Amino acid sequence: MDMPVTKKKKLGLKERYALMTRGLGWEPSYQPIDDIFPMDRFEGIKIHDWDAWEDPFRLTMDAYWKYQAEKERKLYAIVDAFAQSNGHLTLSDARYINTVKLFVNGFAPLEYMSHRGFAHIGRQFRDVGPRVACMMQSLDEMRHSQTQIHAISNYNRYYSGMAEFRHHHDYLPYLQVPKSFFEDAATGGPFEFIVAIGFAFEYVLTNLVFVPFISGAAYNGDMGAMTFGFSAQSDEARHMTLGLEVIKFVLEQDPVNVPIVQKWLNKWTWRGVRLLTLVAMMQDYMLPKRVMSWAEAWEIYFEENCGALFRDLARYGIVMPPCVEQIRLERDHLSHIAWCHFYQARGTSDFHVWLPSKEDMDWLSAKYPDTFDRYYRPRYEYWAKCEAEGKPFEATAVPMQCQVCQIPMMFTEPGDPLTLCQRHADYKGEQYHFCSDHCRDIFEDEPEKFIQSKIAGHEVFKGNAFRPGTDPTAEGFNPAAEALAFFRIEHGRDNGLHNGSTDERNFALWRGLAKAND
Amino acid sequence: MAVKAIDTYEFEPADKAENFHGACVIYAGWDGHLLFSSPYAWPLPPDLPFAHFIAGPMAEIFGQHPDWAGIDWNSAVWTRNGEAFAPDMQASIAANGLSHKDALRFRTPGRDGLNGAGI
Ligand SMILES: [Fe+2]
Ligand SMILES: [Fe+2]
Repeated sequence: MDMPVTKKKKLGLKERYALMTRGLGWEPSYQPIDDIFPMDRFEGIKIHDWDAWEDPFRLTMDAYWKYQAEKERKLYAIVDAFAQSNGHLTLSDARYINTVKLFVNGFAPLEYMSHRGFAHIGRQFRDVGPRVACMMQSLDEMRHSQTQIHAISNYNRYYSGMAEFRHHHDYLPYLQVPKSFFEDAATGGPFEFIVAIGFAFEYVLTNLVFVPFISGAAYNGDMGAMTFGFSAQSDEARHMTLGLEVIKFVLEQDPVNVPIVQKWLNKWTWRGVRLLTLVAMMQDYMLPKRVMSWAEAWEIYFEENCGALFRDLARYGIVMPPCVEQIRLERDHLSHIAWCHFYQARGTSDFHVWLPSKEDMDWLSAKYPDTFDRYYRPRYEYWAKCEAEGKPFEATAVPMQCQVCQIPMMFTEPGDPLTLCQRHADYKGEQYHFCSDHCRDIFEDEPEKFIQSKIAGHEVFKGNAFRPGTDPTAEGFNPAAEALAFFRIEHGRDNGLHNGSTDERNFALWRGLAKAND
Repeated sequence: MAVKAIDTYEFEPADKAENFHGACVIYAGWDGHLLFSSPYAWPLPPDLPFAHFIAGPMAEIFGQHPDWAGIDWNSAVWTRNGEAFAPDMQASIAANGLSHKDALRFRTPGRDGLNGAGI
């Protein structure tokens, strides 16, 4: 007997998406939905119609695996080739390795934090659509973190400052800035997290991170980093679209959402740009072959691209965050302020620093005609004199830090580049200090949150930066040396000046060997 | 404003004075000397004479600037958390009325940084 053959019809993208997302959900029958999803209402965001949420990419799990596996195969082929051919020796200059260190210590752990954050909130939304989208992004972020660490492990075999990136992320003073940024986001509710990370960070600021690092890698002969950058970039494009979709969805649902979202945009644009201080510095000072200045990147990726975005959001009543005024005033100062700080605080860093050469300074003068020669060149020239005299200038004292962004209080008053900015607040009988009006505003909006900040310098003073079993009352106890041991910084190897470092020496030696006949 | 949360949200401040083993954290920054990228922080014994704070911890760092040696401390102008402050050099940190996490700034007229340029 002939069996009738029913030819299986291939599902269209839209149908498949419906089946693989909302089709997997169900109406709860014996528990109230508010008890199952207790986290998506306390922030005050009102959603009336979850069905209005749509994933612009309609990405389903099966498609996701196929697509990412393909990218992974390509990436690892290049990462392996890089390792086998001693790719690290084709770099433009040994100084570039410090950019890699900054990336693995400062950025890769944030990808992991982002993975955790999206996994966390992926459980919190009552609708399947955003839950699936968050899960997918969570997986992306995990992969980003892994591929970055794998690619950079090729450098870790040869150079200092990378092996302890997880521990450094948790404890090293300068890395508490990125760490606290994500902890702040992850301890908000799901909507704040998605506005902070999915929109403010991924949409508004991500180009200012990716373009400098990845083009910087390409310009400086770093095939490994370039490849993971490109591999992540297609995901970033998806995340950006998603971030924008979320924000529009939330704004369209109810007018009460608008001021809440605006407050978060104000906060996270500021926190994001404060964090990008590290990128600004990398761009202007740490790339031996430069791509573009921070000021130029800001003009293209913020003023032009994001200017258009905020004009587009105006129809919902969203305005450009007021902190942008100050960011503009700081544009031509940010990277210089940061590098001057890292130069003098080099004892507690896990990368090396150096003074800009004469050619470097001429480039900086050309890119920053209004600020560099007047405010910053004199510092570098003086420090060069100190180095030449064998008495390099170094600030070994603990810097005063901002209670919110945790950055040392190194920023100047808006419009007055010769006066350091300080703001002050009292709360429940304690006093707090801030780098800016915007960080103080963030504090005053949620003081109970920020009184818990772990300020790195204070942690040292409280005795929380010593290894277990350390006796601070013992004779000859050296708190600074003990703190470095706790931070897992090998003094004289991981920290300090590039000139004369083992990294500089080894790179020259190995490159010489690679090019010689014997 | 109160933090919006799913439950009561109240915490102890992480950096209360009693967490510092008897020390009192004092910040100090030297205005017009941007060679130093920020003010610095020190955990000080409250009975430390103010003059010793200057001659000890502060000198260790600020002493690297050519303006430091020979400052006339009588003409220095101080602020504390943004308000005028006149330290008694011989009195202790506590007797000067300073408290935990006070931020001091000082200006040294006539010594205005490298080439008088605020650096
Ligand atoms: Fe990512
Ligand atoms: Fe701040």
